[in-house]
Amino acid sequence: MRIDVIVRYLPLFKKAALLTLKLGIIGIIFAILIGLICALIQYYKVPIIRHLVAVYIELSRNTPLLIQLFFIYYGLPKIGISTNAEICGIAGLAFLGGSYMAEAFRSGLEAVPDIQVESAYSLGMSPMQTAFYIILPQAISTSMPPFMANVIFLLKETSVFSAISLMDLMFTAKDLIGLYYKTTESLFLLVVFYLIILLPVSLLGSYIERRLRYAGFGS
Amino acid sequence: MKDILLKVDNIIKRFDNNTVLNGISFDVHKGEVIVVVGPSGCGKSTLLRCINALEPIQGGSITLEGETINPADKNLTALRQKVGMVFQSYDLFPHLSVLRNITIAPEKVQKRNPKEVEKEALALLERVGLRDRANSFPRELSGGQKQRVAIVRALCMNPDLLLFDEVTAALDPEMVREVLDVMLNLAASGRTMIIVTHEMQFAKAIADRVIFLDAGQIVEEGDPISFFEHPQTDRAQKFLNTFEFESVKNHEK
Ligand SMILES: Nc1ncnc2c1ncn2[C@@H]1O[C@H](COP(=O)(O)OP(=O)(O)O)[C@@H](O)[C@H]1O
Ligand SMILES: [Mg+2]
Repeated sequence: MRIDVIVRYLPLFKKAALLTLKLGIIGIIFAILIGLICALIQYYKVPIIRHLVAVYIELSRNTPLLIQLFFIYYGLPKIGISTNAEICGIAGLAFLGGSYMAEAFRSGLEAVPDIQVESAYSLGMSPMQTAFYIILPQAISTSMPPFMANVIFLLKETSVFSAISLMDLMFTAKDLIGLYYKTTESLFLLVVFYLIILLPVSLLGSYIERRLRYAGFGS
Repeated sequence: MKDILLKVDNIIKRFDNNTVLNGISFDVHKGEVIVVVGPSGCGKSTLLRCINALEPIQGGSITLEGETINPADKNLTALRQKVGMVFQSYDLFPHLSVLRNITIAPEKVQKRNPKEVEKEALALLERVGLRDRANSFPRELSGGQKQRVAIVRALCMNPDLLLFDEVTAALDPEMVREVLDVMLNLAASGRTMIIVTHEMQFAKAIADRVIFLDAGQIVEEGDPISFFEHPQTDRAQKFLNTFEFESVKNHEK
């Protein structure tokens, strides 16, 4: 392994890491929104729509991201929707992550005891007020551990973005290996940059989990 | 006789084919304390839940100051504000401080001035001996303290009627007293209450009227002395005997 090679490649990897992070963060934000909406639809058993949500969740959870990306990237232009690779990457991540986030939030919502809802009602709160002040705050904190696990999972999944020619970390590494055979240095940088992205998230995750366990909800 | 606050008129409550309340009628006058007793599963909790519109009824009517209580009603939240309820299980909101547990509904539902609500909440906490726990979280309180906070939370809405569903049943014995004392004070200050309890001594002390419920019907109703000393029906006699039997067993241990 040659240090000068690493130093030379560093800016390329930095740029790729920023792209990976940018797409990852935007994709995850959309995944959170989709997940929250789907979880609420299921929790409140909204007629008809909840069956569509159930279909979406099964579809999204039981197909690989790579295939979802291909569908979006090659399929959408076929039906006349033009788009670019970045938007496709974000859409793919949001499509995949939405279902995982929905499951995390749904388990949190279902863990809120009925008596909490009834207490709120008996204080005269409307269903909206009850959702906003009583159900959601409790549901969100119980769903924190699976939520953080999903964030890490989705950030890792960004490594398949290279398949739709996004110049992300994986793409950059493969490119450099293909062009100059600098396999060791490229793989080393690839691992290091993914660690730089994921370790803080992982640490934040265990911190939040510890805080929640300490807070010890309930009795 | 004082004004009628609550009128329960011939209500029927079914869960599927199981008729849990079968033609219950009684009136509650302003300032009256009603104690409901009866064997487990006879429908006491269900009765309170119907009064608070947490359960729809299949027949009869419940009216509070002339307004019908109906879970399908648009004015439901307005009616519920007039009825406070404390449950058997500790039901404080775990993510909110003691003070916030008490102030959130007066602020958000009744749109009252936050400063004024807070002042009232602290004064009420003072009265139940928990002024110094205002900033604690529910998990930091004992069962008895939680129930006292739950009572204050209901009180701070200034309800016309308070419902208590076996609020000491899940408590350790040494904590029962502190909660019952709070309720005795409320009775003394003229609050209208319906109390479901298994504490017979307490029932005798606090009740203006006792209602004995069995198998979804009112079997006996009267002033506490007559009910506890001279129950008229076999079923009431048998029910009261179960407590006697228990007290003998405890004595021999
Ligand atoms: N949500 C429910 N669904 C079906 N049956 C119920 C429900 N709630 C109560 N019951 C039934 O109603 C009866 C009365 O229950 P409850 O009012 O809780 O009795 P109590 O409070 O007097 O012990 C019981 O037989 C119980 O099984
Ligand atoms: Mg009960």
